[in-house]
Amino acid sequence: MIRVVLPFPLRQLARLDGEVELAMAGPATLGAVLDALEARHPVLRGTIREHGTLKRRPFLRFFVCKEDWSLEPPGAVLPEAVATGAEPLLIVGAMAGG
Amino acid sequence: MSKIRILAGTKKGAFVLTADGRRKDWQVSGPHFAGWEIYHAKGSPADPDRIYVSQSSGWFGQIIQRSDDGGRTWHTPGSDPAARQNPEGMPQGESNKFVYAGEVGTHKWYDGSQHPWEFKRVWHIEPSPTDPDAAWAGVEDAAIFQTTDGGKTWQELPGLRRAKGHLWQPGAGGMAVHTILPDPKNARRIYVAISAGGAFRTDDGGTTWTPINRGLKSPYELPDPDAEVGHCVHRMALHPSRPDVLFMQKHWDVLRSDNAGEHWTEVSGNLPTDFGFPIEVHAHEPETIFVVPIKSDAEHYPPEGRLRVYRSRTGGNDWEPLTRGLPQENCYVNVLRDAMAVDRLDPCGIYFGTTGGQIYCSADGGDSWAAAVRDLPAVYSVEVQTLP
Repeated sequence: MIRVVLPFPLRQLARLDGEVELAMAGPATLGAVLDALEARHPVLRGTIREHGTLKRRPFLRFFVCKEDWSLEPPGAVLPEAVATGAEPLLIVGAMAGG
Repeated sequence: MSKIRILAGTKKGAFVLTADGRRKDWQVSGPHFAGWEIYHAKGSPADPDRIYVSQSSGWFGQIIQRSDDGGRTWHTPGSDPAARQNPEGMPQGESNKFVYAGEVGTHKWYDGSQHPWEFKRVWHIEPSPTDPDAAWAGVEDAAIFQTTDGGKTWQELPGLRRAKGHLWQPGAGGMAVHTILPDPKNARRIYVAISAGGAFRTDDGGTTWTPINRGLKSPYELPDPDAEVGHCVHRMALHPSRPDVLFMQKHWDVLRSDNAGEHWTEVSGNLPTDFGFPIEVHAHEPETIFVVPIKSDAEHYPPEGRLRVYRSRTGGNDWEPLTRGLPQENCYVNVLRDAMAVDRLDPCGIYFGTTGGQIYCSADGGDSWAAAVRDLPAVYSVEVQTLP
C-alpha cells in the first residue's frame, strides 16, 4: 500500500481528511502513483500535473524519504520504503508567494 | 419584497451577501473555497440558483465549481449526484479541463517575440441568458470556451484566436478574455473584450469573430495608435434594451459605440482622469452610466485619495462625481474591472468592490453609498442577482 500526503487545498478539494492509500499492481514509479491517485480522485486531474502534457505544475514539489524528487522522470521507481508504505510520498506546495 | 444576492469573488475565497429590497442589512456567507482565488462568480439568468464559480490557484490551477441551490452547497460539475449529496463523498468532476483547440499557436510576448498560448485561469464566466446548462468562459491566455453540459466539459471557440491573435499581447495584468456580452436580442451575436487584444464581435454564434476597434486610440501603448487589434480594453457594458449601444472603459479613455462596435467615440468629457477599470449601465436608464476614475496606469488608486464614482446621465461627456458615503480622504484602493454591477430594482442599486475589501452599495441610483461589508480580502469581482 502506497501512502500519499496531499497539501491542504487539494485534500479540501477532494474531500479527504488524511493520507491517501493506494494499492499498486505494477512497479511503484512516480508516474504510476500519480496515475493511480488521479484515477481514484478525478477532481485532482490538472491540479498536480497539467492536462495533456502531464507535466508537474511548477509550484508543486514531490518529496520522497527526505529527498526532492520533483525533477525525477515519471518512470523513476520509488524507494522500497515508499513502495511498502513505510514512508509516504509527499506532494507539497512550493514556498512561493504569500 | 424582492431580495438581493451579491456574489463576490476575492483573493482568498468567495462570499455571498444577501439583503431584502431595502439593501441596508446584509447577511454575509463565506469564505467559500477559502484560500483560493475567486476571479468570478455569476448566476444563471435562466435559473438564479444555478451559480458558476471560477476557483483558481497559482499552485493548483483551475477549478470550476457550481451551486444549484443559490450558493448553499457546491460541487465540481460532473460529480455524480450521490457524491453531491454526501458531504464525505468523493468529487468526480474534471471540470477544470481547458485545452485549446487544434495547434496551440503563438501570440505576441512582452518583448515583441512570439510566445505559445498557455492556459492559466478563467477570468469570467458568463452564463447563457436562456439555458442554465450553457455558459461561456473567458480565459487567460485569451480565449473563449463554451459549456453546454452545466460546466462538466468545456470546448474552445477557436475562431476568436484567429482574429489576429498572433498580434495580441499580455498587459501587466495578463492577456485574458474578461468581458463577454451576449446580445439579448440576437442569440448569434456576442461581444468580448481582451486586454491587451481589443474588442471583438461574433454574428454567427462564436464561429467567426471580427475586431471592432475603429476609433480607439492608444498612442502610449501601441506603435500604431489606430491598430486594428492590440488595444487594452478594460471593460465593456451594454443595456439589454439597446444592445447595439456599447460603452467601454479602455486603459485610457471612456468610449461609446452606437453601431455594435463598428466605430467608437471618446466620451471621457470632464472626468478627472479617464483611466479606470469597470463601467456599468443603469438598469432602467440606458444613457446613465457609471465609472470609477483611477489616477493612472502607474498609480492604481483614486485621484487625491478620494473614492468617487462618476455618473453620466447623457451617455458620456458630462459626468458628475458621486461621493456621499464614500471615503473622501486617504483612500488608495482600486476597483477592478469585474467588480461593479447593478441590480434590477427601482430605484436601481449600484455595487462595487475594492481591493481594500469593501463592497459598497447605493440603493438610490448612485446618490448615496454605504458599505455592505468591510475588510474582506481584495475583491476581484461583484455580481448582483435580483430575486423575487
